[in-house]
Amino acid sequence: MNLIRLTLSYVRQRPLQAALNVVMLALGIATIVVLLLFSSQARDNLEATAQGIDAVVGAKGSPLQLILSSVYHMDVPTGNISVQEARQIQAHPLVASSIPLALGDSYRGFRIVGTTSQYPQHYDAALAAGAWWDATYEVTVGHRVAREHNLSVGDSVITAHGLTGGHLHEDRPLSVVGIMEETGTVVDRLLLTSVETVWAVHGQYEEDGHEDHDHEDHGDEEGNDEGEHAHSEQGDAHAHDDDDAAASGEAGGRAPASGGPATPPGQQGAPGPGGMRLPGSPGGGTAVGALATDREYTALLIGYSSPIAAATFPRFVNRETDMMAASPAFETARMFELLGVGFEVLQAFGFILILAATLGIFIALYNAMQDRQYDLAVMRTLGASRSTLTRHVLLEGLLFAVAGLVLGLALGHLATGLLAVTVDQAQDMNLTAWAWAPRQTWLVGLALAVGAVSALLPAVQAYRTDLAFTLARE
Amino acid sequence: MITLSNIVHRYDDEVVLDIPAFTAAPGSHGLVLGRSGSGKTTLLHLLAGVLRPTRGQVTVAGEDLGALSGDALDRFRGRHIGLVFQQMHLLKTLTVTQNLLMAPYMAGLPHDRERARAVLTSLDLADKADAYPAALSTGQRQRVAIARAVMNRPEVLLADEPTSSLDDVRSVQVLDLLTEQANACEATLLIATHDRRVKDRFPNRLDLDEADARVAEMSW
Repeated sequence: MNLIRLTLSYVRQRPLQAALNVVMLALGIATIVVLLLFSSQARDNLEATAQGIDAVVGAKGSPLQLILSSVYHMDVPTGNISVQEARQIQAHPLVASSIPLALGDSYRGFRIVGTTSQYPQHYDAALAAGAWWDATYEVTVGHRVAREHNLSVGDSVITAHGLTGGHLHEDRPLSVVGIMEETGTVVDRLLLTSVETVWAVHGQYEEDGHEDHDHEDHGDEEGNDEGEHAHSEQGDAHAHDDDDAAASGEAGGRAPASGGPATPPGQQGAPGPGGMRLPGSPGGGTAVGALATDREYTALLIGYSSPIAAATFPRFVNRETDMMAASPAFETARMFELLGVGFEVLQAFGFILILAATLGIFIALYNAMQDRQYDLAVMRTLGASRSTLTRHVLLEGLLFAVAGLVLGLALGHLATGLLAVTVDQAQDMNLTAWAWAPRQTWLVGLALAVGAVSALLPAVQAYRTDLAFTLARE
Repeated sequence: MITLSNIVHRYDDEVVLDIPAFTAAPGSHGLVLGRSGSGKTTLLHLLAGVLRPTRGQVTVAGEDLGALSGDALDRFRGRHIGLVFQQMHLLKTLTVTQNLLMAPYMAGLPHDRERARAVLTSLDLADKADAYPAALSTGQRQRVAIARAVMNRPEVLLADEPTSSLDDVRSVQVLDLLTEQANACEATLLIATHDRRVKDRFPNRLDLDEADARVAEMSW
């Protein structure tokens, strides 16, 4: 015999009551575990992704949207900025580094990012196979993209217009020249190419006469599905159309690839400064002149040369230019503040469950002590001291607590694991169940406290059992 | 060996027990007789260290119980005193063997399964070793209670009204078993009872109903 077996024998006597208390405690703990795992990993992931990016400069709009679209590749861009304007920013003395990004197309839900080699360098991305993109229409693919779509060097991919899958640029396939190793960052789910490729994929429509292909049809969708037209923010008319927007027919658009001669990439080439049609020519009554998608960036990722820049640079951009500067650190902190409310509500729910379980265990033990007074007295006659009985009752409370804790942790990690494999967004942030959030350690303490607190009064009762009175009572 | 000297016990200023001197020799057997309310149970509780007397000294197996602190007294009780209750209270969540093993465990003695088996066999309970108390008859439960009381080979075996709820035949059987088990451990046996049927079976009697118990010195 020992105290644990003795205690278990009493627990076995009321299995349903015990199960109820354990499950309630476990659910409370599981809720908090999921929240802790999710929020800590989300925060780590967001911070790691924004590491070294002091500011993002893009078209005016929501700063949070700019950060989400350009740093995390989750939202649609706010619009585009012209290369000339971008140069002005890049030349600014407070800017130590700047990485241009041109967005707008996607491959089966994964984004094509037109950028420079600085971008993969920033995330320490290495090649698993092949090479970095060099010529136009070459693309180097992130680890997850390659894995999910079974891509390898030499394959060609047909990109879709827009970020959520618009019509396909079937006549402009990109050829995969390299696959990156897994980095655990946002790069894993991107296809990287040159800015010129992004321009060329769009620019070529002008020459093929397909420029009007979808803007009339999709014009009314733009409000709902802005992702399709990141580079046509300023107006309905698409930049491609500036010289013949008036001629926009309805019909041809739907199947652009069918008739379009697949001009070899080399010929189409990287648009040199003078190679492309310039936006200068005032085109058919469309909006502003700066509609040249072929000479536009979506955003610049900025690294400051001096800490002072944090105070002055965004002000400069916001006041002196038509662009906007946003700080990833500030915006993600703001986002967590917003998310925080939801987290707190869920967390409160978890704590209420734990509180209810504490009360349940307390009531179970309290009633048990009434039933067991004579048993306790008999144990005393067999030589048990008051402190042994106290330990017996505390042990029972702790037994519930430990069972609830173990089950709760298991459930919490299991739920996180399920979330990680079933929810796309959870995959985007590399959510994993095989992690231990620092604050989870507190849960261990909390659960043990639940056991101790709920058993405290019953234990005192056991300690105070009046031996002679109890024995004489019957 | 039991010695009481100058024992007075009061409940709320009412003297319920007044024994100037009493001695029971090691290995002797005897009865404590008296109506209910005569102080039999109180006397047993004083001897078991469950109660401390208002005044006087209780010595059991050479130990002055008044000199022992709470935990030491509990331990001493567990190791040297066996108690059998009228209600033969067993722990119903434990099997017969586990009930028996509670005695050495709670007293801090080695976990002696052999002893448990031997005691059960001597009480004709070997086949009930793994049964739960609820599956036993009253007589069997009484025997398990006796078995548990003698598990640690006590020097003093105290039984409180062990026969009150039994018929004549059973009463005799239980008294025989108690005597037998006490002899096996060479324990001093004291049976508190109001059951006059059993009176003649024991020559040694402390009768709390008789006035002389309060004044005379007594020993056996």
